[in-house]
Amino acid sequence: MKNLLEVTGLTKRFGGLVAVKDMHLTIQGGEILGLIGPNGSGKSTVMKLIMGIERPNAGSVKIDGEEVAGLASHQIARKGVGIVFQHSRPLHRQTVLENIKLALLPDSLLQLFAAAHVEERAHEIARRVHLDHVVNRLPGTLPFADLRRLELARAIARNPKVVLVDEPFAGLTAPEVADFSNLIASFREEGHAVLLVDHNVKGVANLSDRILAMYLGEFITEGSAEDVMRNETVRRVYLGGAIGHAARPEAPEMRDELLRVENVSVFYGKAQALEDVSLHVGRGEFVSVVGLNGAGKTTLFNAISSLVPSTGVVSFDGADLDGKTAGQIARGGIVQCPESRELFGEMSVRENLDLGGHHLPTEEAHQRLEWLLDLFPILKTRAGQDARTLSGGEQQMLTIARALMMKPRLLILDEPTLGLAPVILEQLSKALETLRQTTDITVLLGEQNVTFALPHADRVYVLEHGRFVWEGPPDRFATEAGAQFL
Amino acid sequence: MLKSKTFPSLVGILLLLALLPFGVSGYILGLLTLGYYTAVFAMSWDLLFGFAGEVNFGPSFLIGVGAYTAGLLNHYYTWPIWACVISGGAMSIIAGLLLAVPALRLKGPYFGLVTLVAVLMLQNFIVLFAGITGGEIGLDLPDVLAVDDGSNYWIALAFMGVSGLILFGLSRSAVGLILQASGQDAVQAGALGFNVTKHKLAAFCISALFSGLSGAMLIFYEGTVSVGTVVDIAVGVQVIIAAVLGGRRTILGAALGAVFLIGMGEMLRPLGEASTFVVSAIALVTIMFVPGGFLGALLHGEKR
Repeated sequence: MKNLLEVTGLTKRFGGLVAVKDMHLTIQGGEILGLIGPNGSGKSTVMKLIMGIERPNAGSVKIDGEEVAGLASHQIARKGVGIVFQHSRPLHRQTVLENIKLALLPDSLLQLFAAAHVEERAHEIARRVHLDHVVNRLPGTLPFADLRRLELARAIARNPKVVLVDEPFAGLTAPEVADFSNLIASFREEGHAVLLVDHNVKGVANLSDRILAMYLGEFITEGSAEDVMRNETVRRVYLGGAIGHAARPEAPEMRDELLRVENVSVFYGKAQALEDVSLHVGRGEFVSVVGLNGAGKTTLFNAISSLVPSTGVVSFDGADLDGKTAGQIARGGIVQCPESRELFGEMSVRENLDLGGHHLPTEEAHQRLEWLLDLFPILKTRAGQDARTLSGGEQQMLTIARALMMKPRLLILDEPTLGLAPVILEQLSKALETLRQTTDITVLLGEQNVTFALPHADRVYVLEHGRFVWEGPPDRFATEAGAQFL
Repeated sequence: MLKSKTFPSLVGILLLLALLPFGVSGYILGLLTLGYYTAVFAMSWDLLFGFAGEVNFGPSFLIGVGAYTAGLLNHYYTWPIWACVISGGAMSIIAGLLLAVPALRLKGPYFGLVTLVAVLMLQNFIVLFAGITGGEIGLDLPDVLAVDDGSNYWIALAFMGVSGLILFGLSRSAVGLILQASGQDAVQAGALGFNVTKHKLAAFCISALFSGLSGAMLIFYEGTVSVGTVVDIAVGVQVIIAAVLGGRRTILGAALGAVFLIGMGEMLRPLGEASTFVVSAIALVTIMFVPGGFLGALLHGEKR
């Protein structure tokens, strides 16, 4: 079989950040390649570059031997590339059938009525993805898995040579996963080249002929699932490998409980993001919640901060948080540093910090500021600079510093390492360590980067598909929970 | 969903409306005539906003260009009305393209802002060259469409009917489907192989054509062209309110909203200054509590 997709030297820079660097991959007709990498490793960017949603700075993308790099997305689509987005966004006023028909229409301003064969072909596709019993319903009335099917239907409508699938199984139940696997396998049988993009080997191992791992925008290794899982770099990226645990002060035996989360569940429309989750954090404890992107970490934190509606009980320092607004909870001492950082980009570093300490008496705010600038010396040199001009790592430090200005009793850090280079990770790690050793702060950290999450933690929870699957001390993590994490 | 029964029932409603001159006063006919031209403005706007997803804050830019082109040609060169109207529509497309080609490259609210600035520029331009354009007072036209109310009403009704059927048909066609996809999710539409810019630009041209034609027709009904009736920001605001009030993404709702607004404005005229306030308040309440508009609420039971 010849190569239907051939990518070489693919590079993409966003400003100073190199998101994808000299990437290469090939897929033959009738082959499924799994592309894996942790959050922020650039795998979605690779997919967008192939589809033409982003334009590469350098490199070549060949579809069936024809160069398409630099073309607009609709042109690449017509050369034979289809994409299944992670989130389906169908037209809500049109029926399922009309949504499929849309994908079959020519890109013409003059053809006012769909050609006769379109209707028949749309029914055919609906049957193929098992949507034939709901063709006349509106997308809004469909369960989540059917919406994914619709997305799949639209991507294959034009019979593309190359099919790109982003997180094929996210949010699906086990039987649905089996059904989708069969569908995707049938593309292979028909000679399509399929690229599956997912976070870990486990998600795509059964279906893929080959697996390619990338990290920080670069190719790491390629081979069978076993080969990739044995690779040193992959193990280090996912498991933290040889990096030792930082020394931490003796933990008191009995801590009184600061935060208690009991049987909390969260639904986003039809998809369940959190299922009956329970967790507790003691006063002065550092607890890490480890899980891949989409496992439900942010949802858990948002449920604690009352940013999303949830069922179950959340109590803080003995008081039930039910019925409190997000603002009341934040003032009560739970301060969350969101993944997206949410800095005021047009304000200076100093102004961002001052805003955090806004409610403190002037004298105290001043002292706290001094202390924080000692803790994060880099912020002192950047004090007058606009926050948006900081590097990713500096922004993360500023986010944490701003949260600390609010004198939190519980600091929630959501993926502080997202998109940061290893060097920066080390600096951030040091700052957190100092924080732990010099103050009695209580921290709840959400991470997919185990290397970063383990060294600081007193206790670790592993979150998978909205459920805790493991809980224990960090030194037992690698042997007991590591395997399911790759 | 609207089914194929829609077209026959629409034609039926139009025929019924055509009988009105035999029963109602000239005053009401005059009001409806104005309402029908506004209806075409609003329907053109809805094609751009409801389907292509682009908010045009300056519908009166397109209307004004069409109206003034027709007006100037008639006033200075005494071109026949039909030629003036067609030229108005054509000029509206050209001006629209000059505006949209660069503006559609912008993301977020900037397209809307560009269209808003365009209106102000046009208004200033007209006032600045008052010697030619008549400035704020306006320009008298030698020709009018018709002298009696009934004929004027029928012309307006026929114009609205044809424009409405074309715009509505377009919105229900394959092209309308692609346009909706482009408006709602440009990335996905692109990945499905549709040239999003091309489709949005086409929508803009169609919107400009009908706005321009209707603006030109309106001035030949009124016998004068002035900033206050076809260019002023308030004119554009009324068009937008009409479309949203009637129901965005329905085309027909926009016509309904336009006739309602014109009618209400006139009914409340005895209130003097307060009438504008009352109409605005009704529009505000409707937009806040029934964002789907009259027709949206009727057809889709839309709450959001």
